[in-house]
Amino acid sequence: MSEETKKKLDGITMESTQAMIDAAMEIYPDKAKKKRAPHLAPNAGEGACVKSNRKTVPGIMSARGCAYAGAKGVVWGPIRDMVHVSHGPVGCGWYSWGTRRNLVTGVNGVSQFAMQFTSDFQEKDIVYGGDKKLRTLLEEAHELFPLAKGISVLSECPVGLIGDDINSVAKTASKDLDIPVIPCNCEGFRGVSQSLGHHISNDTIRDHIIGTREFREPASPYDIALIGDYNIGGDVWSVKPLLEEIGLNVKAVWTGDGELEKIAATHTVKLNLIHCYRSMNYMCRVMEEKYGIPWVEFNFFGPTKIRESLRKIAEYFDDYIKERVEAVIAKYDPIMQAVIDEYRPRLEGKTVMLYVGGLRPRHTVNAYADLGMTVVGSGYEFAHGDDYERTSPEMPEATVIYDDASEHELEQFVNELRPDLVGSGIKEKYLFQKMGIPFRQMHSWDYSGPYHAYNGFPIFARDIDMAVNSPTWKLVNAPF
Amino acid sequence: MTAEAAVKYVTEIPEEEVTRVSEWINSEEYKEKNFARQALVINPAHACQPLGAELAAHGFEGTLPFVHGSQGCASYYRSTFNRHFREPAPAVSDSMTEDGAVFGGQNNLHEGLENAYTIYKPKMMAIFTSCMPEVIGDDLTAFIKNARNKGIVPQHYPLPYANTPSFNGSHVHGYDAMLLSILQTLTEGKKIEGRCTGKLNLIAGFDANTGNYREYKRILKEIGIPYTLLADISESFDSPLDGTYRAYPGGTPLEDAADSINGKVTLTVAPYASAKTFNWIKDNFSGKHISMPTPFGVEKTDQFLMTLAKEFGKPIPESLKAERGRAVDAMTDAHQYIHGKKFALYGDPDYLTGYVTFLLEMGARPYHILCSKGTKKLEKELQALLDGSPYGAGCKIYINKDLWHMRSLLMTDPVDAVIGDTHGKFMARDAKVPLFRFGFPIFDRVNLHRAPLIGYQGAINMLTAICNKFIDIRDETCDDRNFEMMR
Repeated sequence: MSEETKKKLDGITMESTQAMIDAAMEIYPDKAKKKRAPHLAPNAGEGACVKSNRKTVPGIMSARGCAYAGAKGVVWGPIRDMVHVSHGPVGCGWYSWGTRRNLVTGVNGVSQFAMQFTSDFQEKDIVYGGDKKLRTLLEEAHELFPLAKGISVLSECPVGLIGDDINSVAKTASKDLDIPVIPCNCEGFRGVSQSLGHHISNDTIRDHIIGTREFREPASPYDIALIGDYNIGGDVWSVKPLLEEIGLNVKAVWTGDGELEKIAATHTVKLNLIHCYRSMNYMCRVMEEKYGIPWVEFNFFGPTKIRESLRKIAEYFDDYIKERVEAVIAKYDPIMQAVIDEYRPRLEGKTVMLYVGGLRPRHTVNAYADLGMTVVGSGYEFAHGDDYERTSPEMPEATVIYDDASEHELEQFVNELRPDLVGSGIKEKYLFQKMGIPFRQMHSWDYSGPYHAYNGFPIFARDIDMAVNSPTWKLVNAPF
Repeated sequence: MTAEAAVKYVTEIPEEEVTRVSEWINSEEYKEKNFARQALVINPAHACQPLGAELAAHGFEGTLPFVHGSQGCASYYRSTFNRHFREPAPAVSDSMTEDGAVFGGQNNLHEGLENAYTIYKPKMMAIFTSCMPEVIGDDLTAFIKNARNKGIVPQHYPLPYANTPSFNGSHVHGYDAMLLSILQTLTEGKKIEGRCTGKLNLIAGFDANTGNYREYKRILKEIGIPYTLLADISESFDSPLDGTYRAYPGGTPLEDAADSINGKVTLTVAPYASAKTFNWIKDNFSGKHISMPTPFGVEKTDQFLMTLAKEFGKPIPESLKAERGRAVDAMTDAHQYIHGKKFALYGDPDYLTGYVTFLLEMGARPYHILCSKGTKKLEKELQALLDGSPYGAGCKIYINKDLWHMRSLLMTDPVDAVIGDTHGKFMARDAKVPLFRFGFPIFDRVNLHRAPLIGYQGAINMLTAICNKFIDIRDETCDDRNFEMMR
């Protein structure tokens, strides 16, 4: 983080932030207060200052999803050349159908399957079990979509509760149909948030996919994999060319616009570059242990972090890459400066509050700083301790950090701090806009994007400026 | 086998293979295979019951929808409404996890009720289930009774609840179940011998068009009929932006809903989305009970107005006659742009009967009609509509089929346009025809939920959207020499 933003913020102290937290919790019943208090804290600068990855308090308006959402929406859904079956009742698949904006290439229903496949459980399936239906369904999917490279079976709540054995169905079907059929026991009731769904999915990739293919072309010292980029609004299509420009070969992408067999051959790369640490760090660890592949976290939001990350990545390679990295930085710095020169005068000194999923609450802090803005509150829906350890140093001292924040808490904090922008998800968007506060959806880039890398920053800057300075906000108060 | 041969390499799908399959999936042969499916459902045009239950709950004053089940379900319903209406959708869940599966969900429900009651201060909490408690067999009746006895909520605090298993029916049925429970709860003990409110109770059903609710209210005001609109979401999901967030900006006043049992007439204009509720009302509400189709198009609106006029002894005002005249004028003026055109339609039952009526009035053909969750009764009613018009000849109905079936139909037996929700956009693009978004959900266009589709004004709105699009297409695709000033 730049020296400029590291400083203490006027009017924000450990005491003032704690007082704000206490005030927000006043109306809670005692038990709820006791449960929520450890999840909210002023930033102490070091370590994970809040408790995380605990059960959501019942009856409190949380933004969290479930394990199925993590598996379908995040990890499996974006792999484009597979049929992903939402196994269970119709709803889960329907709600997660195309709502996370992981863009894909290919022909719909031919070489790309961003559709909604479901076993549409009925009462009789609950009573008699759905295994037979699943078997039939897999055959039908294989016949109707012959170019699909594989099928994932993502189980919804009832499947686990009635004790269906999707693993055994998948195993025999995989053999009979001669394509990978991957069972993923990601029932929504498992765990406390999306996070467990990521973990379960990673385990299935480990058990069923990784190491089962090899690249046909000869290996090079510059082969890498891009891990944890889901191509929201085309993010991967901004990152991949940049990595290629510095001389690296992106052999596989996990999992935005991803392809099954390339993911299966990832174990032959030289380095894993991980963007979303929360959803994919398990896989990096697995590949490190099993195949000796080192991994490195990077952050491609805003020129400061892009520069820092490119140099960090270059450290893993020879002078050839290092020189190219410097050349790329030299090429883009003036372009980025022009973006900053355009937008910074209108955004300087503005404040932001963030509440997003698994990495953006810390990764985007400096992108705002590049535009002269300060993040005065940040937190996650489904982070763990290691995420908060990484967050504290990014945030200004004593600013508020919240885990699995409830809408009531966020509303109270926003009321108190009156930020110039809130960056969060669809469920929070209209609440804050009704309060007259500019908002951007930071899960989906508010139907814009990409925001990653050098191609993304100008779009990010434009969108933030557009939100904060839209003349529509001036109309909120009627003159009469 | 050599070690070399044992290696499985990454393969690329050859271009010619993609072309071959691209053509194959549009063929008659593929259609037959596609329609032979037994187990796999692809791109269904319906959601699950609890989503509908939540919509009904949002239609009542100060009401907090409460999901008994997994946390993720509640998030999905809320996001869906956020995206469609571009409005907040406050609702809570009692966040059941593994231990709930083992021990049952009573602890979650009780803790959840206590927290939600204290923090969000709702006037009523409408409880409905998602899959998990339904599978493990949670007894909501007992749990709620226990909650009252433990003093978690006051004895007479309204806590309607509905079992809305996701593995049964669709969002339409969930709406019906929750509405029924809310009315049962609020009207309990409120029936007064000899009392008549003199009011109309109007049930609009699962309708995610806030403009329709406003239009019903405007029409009733115009005729001078006092009314209670049951489950009124017009404010809940279309509230003004003035710098203040209100969790419960609208909804039917609870007192009015309670007194609806003493109403003069109860009318449902959503026979499919309120079947159970209406059946119960027939046995329990005072006054007269009438069920009729959603007033899409001129004839059904006529029927709607005449029924109201008759039951309340009021003449249909000149203003509405003039409105009718304007609608007919607009339809006559524009019929040439749509006459004989073939449409593919999909959606909820009440909306489908409405689309068919409107299209037939315009001389257009409702060529493929698809409901992904329907009944024989619906099929018969749709067939009767088709049989009643020469433009219905040769049109076909598909019950319990999905949008991947519909795609095959679009490819093998093409139409000029599709009417449905956002989910049809990919098949409409593949078929190179426009999609008219009149249903739910609409994620990819703004403000469509604000423009009424019912009544005379709704007919004008629909035909304006449809006819102008066809004129746009003509302008965009015609030869320069045929690019004329007048259309």
